[in-house]
Amino acid sequence: MARSIKFQRKTINTLIAWAVGLLIFFPVLWTILTSFKTEAQAINDPPLFLFFDWTLENYAVVQERSDYMKFLTNSIIVAGGSTLLGIFIAVPAAWSMAFLPTKRTKDILLWMLSTKMLPAVGVLYPIYIGCIKLGLLDSRTALVVILMLINLPIIVWMLYTYFREIPSEILEAARMDGASLWKEIAYVLTPMAIPGIASTILLNLILAWNESFWTLNLTAAKAGTLTAFIASYSSPEGLFFAKLSAASTMAIAPILILGWFSQKQLVRGLTFGAVK
Amino acid sequence: MTGQLTTRSIARFMMAPAVVFLLGWMLAPLITTLYFSFKKYLPLRGGDLGWVGFENYVKFVTASSFWPSVYTTLIIVVSVLVITVVLGIFLALLLDQPMWGQGIVRILVIAPFFVMPTVSGLVWKNMFMDPINGILAHLWKFFGLQPLEWLVQYSLGSVIMIVSWQWLPFATLILLTAIQSLDREQLEAAEMDGASTIKRFGYIILPHLARAITIIILIQTIFLLSIFAEIFVTTAGAFGTKTLTYLIFQRVLESQNVGLGSAGGVYAIILANIVAIFLMRIVGKSLDAKAS
Repeated sequence: MARSIKFQRKTINTLIAWAVGLLIFFPVLWTILTSFKTEAQAINDPPLFLFFDWTLENYAVVQERSDYMKFLTNSIIVAGGSTLLGIFIAVPAAWSMAFLPTKRTKDILLWMLSTKMLPAVGVLYPIYIGCIKLGLLDSRTALVVILMLINLPIIVWMLYTYFREIPSEILEAARMDGASLWKEIAYVLTPMAIPGIASTILLNLILAWNESFWTLNLTAAKAGTLTAFIASYSSPEGLFFAKLSAASTMAIAPILILGWFSQKQLVRGLTFGAVK
Repeated sequence: MTGQLTTRSIARFMMAPAVVFLLGWMLAPLITTLYFSFKKYLPLRGGDLGWVGFENYVKFVTASSFWPSVYTTLIIVVSVLVITVVLGIFLALLLDQPMWGQGIVRILVIAPFFVMPTVSGLVWKNMFMDPINGILAHLWKFFGLQPLEWLVQYSLGSVIMIVSWQWLPFATLILLTAIQSLDREQLEAAEMDGASTIKRFGYIILPHLARAITIIILIQTIFLLSIFAEIFVTTAGAFGTKTLTYLIFQRVLESQNVGLGSAGGVYAIILANIVAIFLMRIVGKSLDAKAS
């Protein structure tokens, strides 16, 4: 008897949860479906769900018309470059804060976090004019550096919370055995820290990929990323739902997949270790 | 002794790049913004026209567009917070229940967070809110109603809906993480003592979530104060959706009134810092908790 009530409850929960989940996911699903329709089918009344002539035409059109590959390359270079550069700078910093903490470590960490609170629009003009003066407006270099700086506090924080979980006794033991500092980092710390570093990279790729204040304001034709590529669809032009969907699908697919792998780290990274 | 000294200098040396970069990133633009905010500076109409004291600050707040932009910002931030926290609690409780395919449902619920803002803005604007071909228009017609012009008639509500959709996963995920750390025995004991579902929720679950909710509110507020792309691609600030961020953007880049825009930027920085102070306290406390 008790078991059947439990079973019943589980069934009801499952039904409600799936319904709500699909409702929330629907805009993404609809975009993906529409990307395989023809323009006429995309606006068919009533809307077509699965029974239409699936076509890849839109993907070809989008690529041909606006050189999707160029924007994709820019996005990959900007997101990847800023993340790697950030990791390169943050690993030593987080390492020293986790294993050689001083009285000021906490203050430094909090101060780093506070730079993240600086609203981008408050410093828009200085950055804009700085880029012009240095000849870096509409360049990938500027975006790599700026996105690295925006995400650096999160990178340092995430790495710090991961490094702190590595027991320092292990490092001491290595030191006792006569390992030099560099050996200690290369052979003891790094292998243990790789999962943490990997999740940090993952979360920051997502953040950098989707960043859309600086990528919209500092780029034009040359260094435009996928956010700018999609924004170019904001003025409607005849029938374009299917093309918009194809472009959108291509822009979000890589990060959607990465994102699903990083759900757990997301909470930790975005709450600066306050919720785990 | 010397060993300690070298360790300390190594620590400093390793921290230096990160600290120097962030210090430069913070100070250089901040000082420049402050500098411009006291000048009449119109790059396309005469350039630097000299010092004007606090004129820009006064002008920015007395302009007819200032208070509406503050209201718009606050309405968006508060509405999105209420929607995401309330629905987030409901969703987190739901996802915490035993069910089949929990992992997949979780993936479905989280998806919107990974959609880039320009995409979600445009997909909602065109494929959902378009008054002729949008899904919502079809839905309205199906029920025999007149389709709405979402982004014209209910522009602010529409923007709130889009932004809430994007941030709901974040709130849900954090609340779910918090719920899963709840002491099950306590809940079961309360159930045995005859506490109703509502009482168990009000006296055990909700207090347990208080910290997570505070963190959601603080972090989302910081991000929501500066939402940009969602408005940029949907209404471009028209129909009462001009936030403070958007107003400053227009002053600086569209009308190229840098002095005035910079003064607005300083206001935005002050506003964000008020929120940040509270967030830092909480995060700082969790640091202490970990150290002990």
